[in-house]
Amino acid sequence: MTRKLPKKDVVIVGLGWTGSIMANELTEEGLDVVAIERGPWRNTATDYPPNYVQDELRYRIRHELFLQPEQTTFTFRNKMDQTALPIRSWGAFMPPNGVGGGGVHWNAETWRFLPSDFVLRTHLTQRYGARFLPADMTIQDWGITFDELEPYYDRFEYLCGTSGTAGNLKGKIQEGGNPFEGPRSRPYPNPAQQQPFSHALFAKAARELGYKPFPQPSGNMSQAYTNPLGVRLGPCTYCGFCEWFGCANYSKASPQTTILPVLVRKPNFLVRDQSEVTRINLDSSGKRATGVTFVDTSGTEWEQPADLVILSAYTVFNVQLLLLSGIGKAYDPVANQGVIGRNFTHQTISDVTSFFDPAKFIFNPFIASGSIGMCIDEFNGDNFDHGPHGFVGGGYMGQVQTNGRPIETTPTPPGTPKWGAKWKQAVRESYQSALKPGTGVHGSMYSYRDVYLDLDPTYQDRFKRPLMRITMDFHENELKQNAFLTDKFAEVFQAMGARQVVKEYRKGPYDVTAYQTTHLCGGAVMGTDPKTSAINRYLQSWDVPNLFVMGASGFPQNAGYNPTGTLAALAYWSAEAIRSRYLKNPGPLLHA
Amino acid sequence: MREALRKRAAALAAGAAALALALPLLAANHPGSRENFAIIERGRYLTVAADCAACHTDPHQSTAFAGGRPIETPFGVVLAANITPDRDTGIGGWTDRQFDTAVRQGKLPDGKRLYPAMPYPYYTKMSREDVLAIRAYLNTLPPVHNDVDSNQLPFPFNIRSAMWLWDALYFSPGSFKADPAQSDIWNRGAYLVEGPGHCGACHTPKTFLGGDKTRLQFQGYSIQGWFAPNITNDEAHGLGRWSNADVAEYMKKGHNRIAGASGPMGEEVADSSSQMTEADLNAIATYLKARSGQTLAASSVAVNDPMMVAGAAIYQDLCSACHRGDGHGVPYLIPDLATSSTAASREPTTLIRVVLRGAQTVATKDEPTGPAMPSFGWQLTDAQVAAVATYIRNSWGHAGPVLTEDEVRKARGNLAARND
Amino acid sequence: MTNLSRRDLLAATALVIVSETVARAGVVSGQLPWHPDAGSPPEAVRPGAWQFFTEQEAAAVEALADRIIPPDPQTPGGKDAGCAVFIDRQLAGAYGHRQGLYTRGPFVKGIKEQGPQSAQNPAETYRAALAALDRYCKSKEGGKSWIELPGERQDELLHAVESGTVELEGIDTKSFFETLLKDMQEGFFADPIYGGNRDMCAWKMIGFPGARYDYRDWVGRHNERYPYPPVSIAGRPDWTPKKT
Repeated sequence: MTRKLPKKDVVIVGLGWTGSIMANELTEEGLDVVAIERGPWRNTATDYPPNYVQDELRYRIRHELFLQPEQTTFTFRNKMDQTALPIRSWGAFMPPNGVGGGGVHWNAETWRFLPSDFVLRTHLTQRYGARFLPADMTIQDWGITFDELEPYYDRFEYLCGTSGTAGNLKGKIQEGGNPFEGPRSRPYPNPAQQQPFSHALFAKAARELGYKPFPQPSGNMSQAYTNPLGVRLGPCTYCGFCEWFGCANYSKASPQTTILPVLVRKPNFLVRDQSEVTRINLDSSGKRATGVTFVDTSGTEWEQPADLVILSAYTVFNVQLLLLSGIGKAYDPVANQGVIGRNFTHQTISDVTSFFDPAKFIFNPFIASGSIGMCIDEFNGDNFDHGPHGFVGGGYMGQVQTNGRPIETTPTPPGTPKWGAKWKQAVRESYQSALKPGTGVHGSMYSYRDVYLDLDPTYQDRFKRPLMRITMDFHENELKQNAFLTDKFAEVFQAMGARQVVKEYRKGPYDVTAYQTTHLCGGAVMGTDPKTSAINRYLQSWDVPNLFVMGASGFPQNAGYNPTGTLAALAYWSAEAIRSRYLKNPGPLLHA
Repeated sequence: MREALRKRAAALAAGAAALALALPLLAANHPGSRENFAIIERGRYLTVAADCAACHTDPHQSTAFAGGRPIETPFGVVLAANITPDRDTGIGGWTDRQFDTAVRQGKLPDGKRLYPAMPYPYYTKMSREDVLAIRAYLNTLPPVHNDVDSNQLPFPFNIRSAMWLWDALYFSPGSFKADPAQSDIWNRGAYLVEGPGHCGACHTPKTFLGGDKTRLQFQGYSIQGWFAPNITNDEAHGLGRWSNADVAEYMKKGHNRIAGASGPMGEEVADSSSQMTEADLNAIATYLKARSGQTLAASSVAVNDPMMVAGAAIYQDLCSACHRGDGHGVPYLIPDLATSSTAASREPTTLIRVVLRGAQTVATKDEPTGPAMPSFGWQLTDAQVAAVATYIRNSWGHAGPVLTEDEVRKARGNLAARND
Repeated sequence: MTNLSRRDLLAATALVIVSETVARAGVVSGQLPWHPDAGSPPEAVRPGAWQFFTEQEAAAVEALADRIIPPDPQTPGGKDAGCAVFIDRQLAGAYGHRQGLYTRGPFVKGIKEQGPQSAQNPAETYRAALAALDRYCKSKEGGKSWIELPGERQDELLHAVESGTVELEGIDTKSFFETLLKDMQEGFFADPIYGGNRDMCAWKMIGFPGARYDYRDWVGRHNERYPYPPVSIAGRPDWTPKKT
């Protein structure tokens, strides 16, 4: 039996970055908002304090802060003719869980996408001609431009206190910043973080090779900061336990350290944690959401009616809720019709591990922050001429090594046995003098007709709902891109004076056990045409206008950057449209 | 002649101060009237300043001022009274005079004496007009029927008539008298601190019967497992290194560049001082800062004392990531242990407590962050807590005795019995 | 009988996660939840009897630990570092029973890129594999059990297992060996509270400072060796005051 709760103005599904942003914006309008979160409430001193959070086994290896596959997981296959099997333990990506979502355990790398990324198909077609693109590549324009989004990028960066060096201030290129970035209206709110030895060395070598290295924009504070909501953050202490961990000293931007303290004080806001939304409810017309159904820890099912539904779960779960609720037409790759599940992407990451003379180099790899690093952007997006290379896309690359945690980061030179005395000796010798950036080449993944999400026919979750099925493989374009970028990246480490440089190209088939990033994107993408997009440029569902879908599920393809800056900017942009237009006249903000 | 003039000038000044302190009661002949907005509003403000809700509102009930909240005393528990205007169970049937007598004399309409858990020894300093303004405000609240049997004390403390002895010993009735030699702002501060603010209830050391040791006024006292620190201008233990603005800001926001309020003081900030005017908070700061105290003394504990050595190691490994190696913390976020009176206070109760159990600082409108200290009690042994507390209390200009493992063991035992 | 204290026992209990009368879901509103002694600190492994392994299994795993991480003059081997204790406690706990992982069927063998699909949990796998290892040794090594083999022979055998030239009966041998390597090295490098990395020996070996959380003074000191000793979540010897 489903029990019904009193109606709210707004129900928010998932209280991560976008849910928190949306909740804060809509409560400012006086709306009564409830956020329903599958995972637990969590906060700094009570859940990841500085006296036990630095536990590599617990948080990095056993994934304590993440969604547990027992609760739900996905199935995976490379090709449509294979049988998908469940991901029993996380590998290639790490779905978040709990209040704060991925914002709790991210590295806080806070990038903007390039202006050309938002008009990708138009841009590439104009520059290279339509035939330059692979036939089955389904990239498309976003329906929004960089300039439209810039004020919202700015809001997010000032919310977070992002530390960085501007590269393009209102069209003027700035020394020391990323010269390829779109014009920004003002500098970062905080100066860039200090760089440890290897990161500084990378910058020097890159400069000597003619590149323009710049500090990675970082949500780890370079100094104490008070954001526009009055919430305070402390200075980052370079502890080396950032990604996979919560920040114990209030120095990493997260919903907890930027929004939630203000949000929970509001009388028109409420969080229900440990409650999993299982369905978005529609009225008999199928054109209007009436609220959501969720299940609490006792297994009791509840209905939460609301006038406005904000779907702000993780990428794949946004898509799953749309499919299970019958919102939008499910994507069919054979007929090439439907939109829900379409244009699913991830990232094309590779790395270079390099070994230096232990007598001359002491890197202290444990001194790092999550977004530490010096990067170059010469090979991202369309910052270089792809004509001679026969692929599109690219990525930033850099010495972005975030840790020296020994289970994860004890590289040994090629040819070292995996165990025994020689292994032990190599670990001892290499620890202080080897570099392993982790996500050194942060390449884009563009969308393809046969890379998509749908419901699995066999495997189910604890509610007997079908798991989401991921069908994904690398395509030739991405593998070529990665080979080119990895070679370029390796040249910098050679120039730094490494004795040995090992290129770890990303190779197919896509492997669900090998960690890349958690940047799964697409599946409910934004666009200008309801035939090829699930949501309009305001993130409003084409089919159910009182439903807005946040997050990277809206990205038509993935760029060569971390997605959080963009998905947070989009949340602010969408909130602004709701506040200034939708609330005055609830209904479609655009007509197809 | 000159002496007479000086006295006359002083008397005039006192009169002016008294005028400034008294509310401009143009309708003073009907002080309890529900019709007078100015009085009701003033009463509301004084109810906040006197923090009546702290005891008379049960945080677990939605009804304000209906009483029933248990008040902890060393002799047992007293339940706060229902002060809504309910005629049967509240104060609806009381006359203004009865109300005034209860608040300022500690006597109930039936002649029985109140326990001084009700801070009438401080409220007695309030003017009758102010007390009746509070009454006027309380009269505007919805009456709530809630019969509270206040007296839960065991024999012999449950004998109210015994209170006459306590009153004889410790209670000096009488309204606040302005000091003509002091400024208006000082006198306003004195009135608020000594009267409605009843700061001494927590911050003044007590006799074994719970009466104020007036000689040691505001020099700090342990209550409820916390140490309410010295709030005189004492450099070593109190507010000596705080500016007036620091004090006022702390009371307004719960945080300043040095410290963050937690525990009972956090509640006080949330319920009371954060809602007071800046002028009043400045007045309180002026009065408190005008009370002299000790200057800093060098630590007599050697840096190579084993407790200091171990304490320094623990501090470096566990504390510095937030409080910094130099103890200065992060303004408004992480307390400055090098300047804070909590770290240096005469008794280490609060320091030991927050190390063992953690603490959450108050979140306010101006400072919404509400950062918290994690618990280290599961991690550190009694000897290690003693070592790190000794190190903190003997670094950066602080001076205190070496703490012992035994003291921490006792504190841990005492805290184990508390659920707050 | 005093005004020593005016605030109630529950005053500072700002815990606002309350179970609603009907819903078991937590509700947060009004203020940030907090309560004294908050947190879920780890429970350190206690020395003592094996919790998962039999004595015989434990001896085999300790011998394996010293082959995989051999002792040398500077640093203890896997056995003395406590790697077998680590694996024992892990197998007796959540890891051994795949707590939190997806364990619903059907179990179908897929391609490597789809990840492990075993119906067995690590505890079952270790039990079966250790038994199979002994059976293998007894049949092929003149009736000797694994622990009775000389070290060099043990190494040869492990190389053969690693390369896939020796298959233990009924066991996905290569995959088990990979798991064993991973678990040993995790035990060696994890915080000593889990039973391995005894006295932080592995951290001392490489110069990892452990659970420290503040390198502000060092981030700008390039190419200098960090001078401070490692710290465990359980502390370091310097934390305990020396008796005078």
